[in-house]
Amino acid sequence: MQFQVSQAKALLKKAMEKGASGGDILVGEGESFSAQVRLNTVEKVSNASGKRLGLRLFFGKRSAITSTSDLSESSLNQLLIDTCELAMIAEEDFFCGLPSPEAYTTRFPELDTVDTEIDKLSIEEKISFARRAEQAALAEDKRLSNSDGADFSNAYSEKLYVTSNGFEGFFKGSSASLSVASIAKLDGKMQRDYWYSAKRKLSQLESPESVGRTAARRTLRRIGARKVSTAKVPVVFESEIAVSLLGHLASAISGYALYKGASFLLNQLGEKIATSDLTIYDDPTLPLGLGSRPFDGEGLPSCKKTIVEKGILKSYLLDTYSGKKLGLPSTGNAVRGTGGPPSVAPSNFQMLPGNASPEEIIRSVPSGLYVTELIGFGINMITGDYSRGASGIWIEQGELAYPVEELTIAGNLKDIFNQIEIVGNDIDTTKAISAPTLKIAKMMVAGN
Amino acid sequence: MTTDPREANQFFLEKYGLSSASLDSTLGRVLGRQIDYADLYFEYQVGESFSLEEGIVKKVSKDIAQGVGVRAIAEEKTGYAYSDEITVSQLLSAAKTARYIAEAGQGAVPVPIHSVSAPKHDLYALKKSPIDVPAGEKVDLLQQIDRLARAYDPRIKKVMASFNSSYKVILIATSLGNVVGDILPLMRLNVTCIAEEGTNRQVGSFGGGGRSAFDFFFEPSDVKGRKGEKRFEYYTREAARQAILNLSAIDAPAGTMEVVLGPGWPGILLHEAIGHGLEADFNRKKSSAFSDRLGQRVASDLCTIIDDGTIPHRRGSINCDDEGTATSRTVLIEKGILKNYLQDRLNATLMKMSLTGNGRRESYAHNPMPRMTNTFMLAGESDPEEIIRSMKHGLYAVSFGGGQVDITSGKFVFSASEAYIVENGKIGKPVKGATLIGNGPDVLKKVTMVGNDLALDAGVGTCGKDGQSVPVGVGLPTTKISEMTVGGTAQ
Repeated sequence: MQFQVSQAKALLKKAMEKGASGGDILVGEGESFSAQVRLNTVEKVSNASGKRLGLRLFFGKRSAITSTSDLSESSLNQLLIDTCELAMIAEEDFFCGLPSPEAYTTRFPELDTVDTEIDKLSIEEKISFARRAEQAALAEDKRLSNSDGADFSNAYSEKLYVTSNGFEGFFKGSSASLSVASIAKLDGKMQRDYWYSAKRKLSQLESPESVGRTAARRTLRRIGARKVSTAKVPVVFESEIAVSLLGHLASAISGYALYKGASFLLNQLGEKIATSDLTIYDDPTLPLGLGSRPFDGEGLPSCKKTIVEKGILKSYLLDTYSGKKLGLPSTGNAVRGTGGPPSVAPSNFQMLPGNASPEEIIRSVPSGLYVTELIGFGINMITGDYSRGASGIWIEQGELAYPVEELTIAGNLKDIFNQIEIVGNDIDTTKAISAPTLKIAKMMVAGN
Repeated sequence: MTTDPREANQFFLEKYGLSSASLDSTLGRVLGRQIDYADLYFEYQVGESFSLEEGIVKKVSKDIAQGVGVRAIAEEKTGYAYSDEITVSQLLSAAKTARYIAEAGQGAVPVPIHSVSAPKHDLYALKKSPIDVPAGEKVDLLQQIDRLARAYDPRIKKVMASFNSSYKVILIATSLGNVVGDILPLMRLNVTCIAEEGTNRQVGSFGGGGRSAFDFFFEPSDVKGRKGEKRFEYYTREAARQAILNLSAIDAPAGTMEVVLGPGWPGILLHEAIGHGLEADFNRKKSSAFSDRLGQRVASDLCTIIDDGTIPHRRGSINCDDEGTATSRTVLIEKGILKNYLQDRLNATLMKMSLTGNGRRESYAHNPMPRMTNTFMLAGESDPEEIIRSMKHGLYAVSFGGGQVDITSGKFVFSASEAYIVENGKIGKPVKGATLIGNGPDVLKKVTMVGNDLALDAGVGTCGKDGQSVPVGVGLPTTKISEMTVGGTAQ
């Protein structure tokens, strides 16, 4: 990183001389590369580098935050003046402020988040991953006559976080991903689906051939999809899709949603919110984890927590501010971007797998829906009301019978978590949010 | 800060010491022998945000972003590089990456830079840009909204309001020798209310804005029967009214039924059902459900659908697109027949079709793609009340959240946030939010009545595609669709 800790400290010192009572600086620098191949032709190659500095200042109980991509001295001096002026305009907020110095972490776990091999690849070698993945997909079946392309991308970023009351932390991480979207055509109707692999390191990526074949399989199984009649039936979420349910749960137990009253899980700490099959951990210390980090967005320590244990809500996701609003300590889940104050997010948010294989789960359904794709945003976080567009495969007598589309599935998230009937054993723990196949006892499926 | 687009060029020359000669030499380097086209996109943007919750304007922030994107095109291949440092050496380094797609060859091709031109349109010149209005006035506005919302009904327990504005200066230099600049102001005001009655808690949201001056919020709302009501008062009243209304909402129905969409924001139907599917990139790649269907019937003859980037002061309007092409009014569907796709330069060239001024990008860090501007259906002849009266059993939806589409299968969704059951021509109880799902190429064939009350939305739309967000507008007259699937929970 070009920007030095000493520069950050000097800028904060200047701010204190102008009357600030405290402040912090977050600097992010990064590089990224992406290449897209479509029908074996390189369609796009993109290369980028960027940096950004965020300055947050407190004047007693007032605060403001500014950010810029221009890190020249004159620009930062102007930023300092702007931040002081804006802070004067903000209104007093009794709860705002930095964590107390003794809360900061002094131990920085080694999380193995940087890939040193990927830099050795040439642009041609990176492109060849995408090329191989697309070829593997299209070679699977003649009906796969078109492609939305294959992408290879990788990124590297560094973060420096310095506060006026003594925290200094540095974090770097890399990522690599490969994806393919194939298109099948039959009788004038098209279907598209995709597959991807995204990891910290190149060596962890699924092989291009495997990514391609999975994309092909997912696309082919959609051919001939039809609508079905409206019915209340069991719904099985493919593990890839079940992840979204965990995402909604994480949003609902975010301290910000809770103190604003904008969650369907208000005042549920210690209460039963799901069937006893649901256990979730949040663990920012997993080696190689995409959600791993040595300290949270406020410099607090990273440690594994139980969020839901056998259906009982054990912990919210909190930072210092939202914790104070709820009368609770931070859970170390602060996340920060350069342009805004901390907010809250899970790190590696993972469900404990069950014993049933996906096949066994499907076999338990006499008539129901196996969901492989959801679209739309029909989720009301305040009431938990849930209604989304769905496609997938209809289950008849325990077998995947035929593809279906243009359906909606609806219910209420409170009920959905309380109706998890079977938890699968198929979990991919390299994902930041991971869930196995889940069977929900009954949901309304709307079609014809 | 000025909003005169003619001053964009001067802005970059003064701030970064760029000259026509440096643009010329960079473009020449990118161009090389096998490159068909190259462009440079310079951007400087200041954004600010004020947000209120619990009666306090807690969050105040300001962001400055600047950078340059360098693009080279050879047939269907694109090389793109960007940097947040606008210097000649960074430009040359980015140029080297961008031209990677040309397999061989060194050396530069001379590019004659023509004189700088202002865009053809001047749709949002303002005496005073919203960003220049003293911050104190913005804080006061949010405070007024908070008081107003709480006064609407004692059951309104939480009020959240935010004001965002930005000021963007762009300059586009192309290998065709064109240099076009623009200055784009944009602002948006949002109000969210949470109503509580016992354990029943419900939310309502409303907002508006555009490429207008701050005074816009204090002008008359022009809502029928609300003489003297200011726009910000209207937004607040709507957010509060929706939250209170939802306290009595019953479960939405599930299944296929008649649907009538109210005027304005429900135009998101057009955006999802056909707009994305008519973007040229998907049609060139033949991955859209509308591929190869120009000249074919894709809607009932009551439907004429337009994308128009030239409506003054609208959120979705732009003087020129992000490739320097003047925006236009494009007829997408005329009386049910598919007439045009939305084009950017890459796709128009490959498809041998005319530019439509729809090549947009989120910022210098993104390459342009065909995107919508303001997309709406022209008014029909039916009286909106007559349309409701014609319904036997169905859903009347007047407000929506977001939507999404699967371009290839054509399936799209959009989620109603205010809707009512209609039985035998009479509007009944409000229902809880529900997602509506349909098939893009079919849904407009089922349009059986179009109202005479075309309205554009209030100015809050943001469209996402391939990770890029751009501001857009939608519009619709009251429209009846003979059947759609409604994703409620009640049988």
